[in-house]
Amino acid sequence: MKVLVVDDETDVQTLFEQRFRREIRAGEIQFAFAHSGEKALTYLNDHSSEYVLILSDINMPGMSGLELLRLIRTTYPVAPPTVMMITAYGDAESHDQAMKLGADAFLTKPLDFSNLKEKLKSAL
Amino acid sequence: MEIGSFLIVFFMVRYIRTSLQTAERFPEWDRMLLMVQYVATGLLVSDIFLDSDFTKWVWHLLLIGMVGAAYLLKDFRPVRNVWLAVGPFILISLFGDLVELIVPDFYESIKTMVEIAEMFSFIWMVATWFITRKQQKALEKERLKRQQEEEQNRIIASQNVMLEQIVAERTAELTRQKEELEQTLTELKATQDQLIQREKMASLGELTAGIAHEIQNPLNFVNNFSEVSVELIEELKEERQKTDRDAGLEEEILADLAQNLQKINHHGKRADSIVKGMLQHSRASTHEREPIDINNLADEYLRLAYHGLRANDKSFNATLLTDFDSNLGKVSVVPQDMGRVLLNLFTNAFYATEEKRKTGLANYQPTVQVITRRIDGETIELRVRDNGCGIPASVLNKIYQPFFTTKPTGQGTGLGLSLSYDIITKGHGGELVVETEEGKFTEFTIRLPT
Repeated sequence: MKVLVVDDETDVQTLFEQRFRREIRAGEIQFAFAHSGEKALTYLNDHSSEYVLILSDINMPGMSGLELLRLIRTTYPVAPPTVMMITAYGDAESHDQAMKLGADAFLTKPLDFSNLKEKLKSAL
Repeated sequence: MEIGSFLIVFFMVRYIRTSLQTAERFPEWDRMLLMVQYVATGLLVSDIFLDSDFTKWVWHLLLIGMVGAAYLLKDFRPVRNVWLAVGPFILISLFGDLVELIVPDFYESIKTMVEIAEMFSFIWMVATWFITRKQQKALEKERLKRQQEEEQNRIIASQNVMLEQIVAERTAELTRQKEELEQTLTELKATQDQLIQREKMASLGELTAGIAHEIQNPLNFVNNFSEVSVELIEELKEERQKTDRDAGLEEEILADLAQNLQKINHHGKRADSIVKGMLQHSRASTHEREPIDINNLADEYLRLAYHGLRANDKSFNATLLTDFDSNLGKVSVVPQDMGRVLLNLFTNAFYATEEKRKTGLANYQPTVQVITRRIDGETIELRVRDNGCGIPASVLNKIYQPFFTTKPTGQGTGLGLSLSYDIITKGHGGELVVETEEGKFTEFTIRLPT
């Protein structure tokens, strides 16, 4: 399973690689990282249909996670991946908007990694 | 002779009564004078019927009595000169009558002379009468003129009094107004101080949400990296108990641990600097300059402003571009004041992009850019540029005026740019200039001496 993580904080990469080191080592999950919505889109276009799950932060400078979600849901040509949104602001407005745009899950920071693992496994 | 005496009495009484106005001033004398007139009339009548020498002496007595009274009495002083007119006639006729009575022969010889003298004295009397009347008229005229002058003086004096009063009233009013203005000025100064404080607090309020977000992020990393480090240590322990230890894996885990500790430290410091910045912003400025890394300060406040606005308005978004000159070096500034200026410029920039975005422009990407440059050995430059709605030319010369704001009532204090301008120019001897095109962009440039 290939997962694309989109977050403007670069340290998220280190964190995910360590949190999921057993799964990575076992070859269960493959991670790729993009530091902005724009980069995520480019990446997805270059690696079309490879990624089945996208984890995206909502609050990013430039293209926001919600905008990315909207673009994936409206213009992504191939089989639609699972998209999970992550935000530091767990407000109802963002939640409703994300769900309306077609998010599969809405997670709030700080991330509960055991919960996230469960969700990833069930998504497989 | 009797008719003449009667006329003299008649005119004298009339003259005295009119010139002294005895009817009002001396009613006693007035009655007496009227009595004299009746007596004279009676005497004239009895003269006609009695045809006696006796009345002649009564006339003499009456005339002398009148002239004597006029000459001697204090009340008649203004008319005492009447004797000048009538005196000669009275004396001559008395003299003639006395001579006639005592030496009739001698009288016969001088009769013609006496009669001529009487005639002259009569003419004298009439002439004096006319002259006096004329003089009196002139005097009267003079008196009227004086009266008019007095009247005029009185009017002028009363006008003066009125003017004095008006002047006094005006002075009092002006003094009162001056005191009121001074009072108002004091109140305004106090209000201004309060407003400046409120502006500071308002910008702090804008910051709070940004600060919360900015602290939450590093804290999450600190927690996550420490948690994952505990897991790593567990894994390392497990590995060490195995008989076939994987040295490569152990090395990897140790390297990760070292990296995690560094990350924890890094994010801890990040949170620390944000809290310090917040405290510095809320603290009353000490106005003391410190050498500061302007790049860091700008980056920090850019993020604070961005996240502050994000927290308040979820739909808000913008691209942040930073172009920092690594050769900028430290600049001596008052950190709290410079922070306020930057925060204000960034908040305005974001606001401008937001205004433009709301117009529903297609493919509009709100962007706020910060550029720092070292111009020469003595000057650095910091530019804040947004691609927002721009500033209309009509208000461009008002933007630094206190209380001028284009924001809806209650949303802006109108003090942000005014204070920023003062801080840069008066506080740091620098300059703050603006370049803008309506609907296209706005760029504020701060130039500071180093």
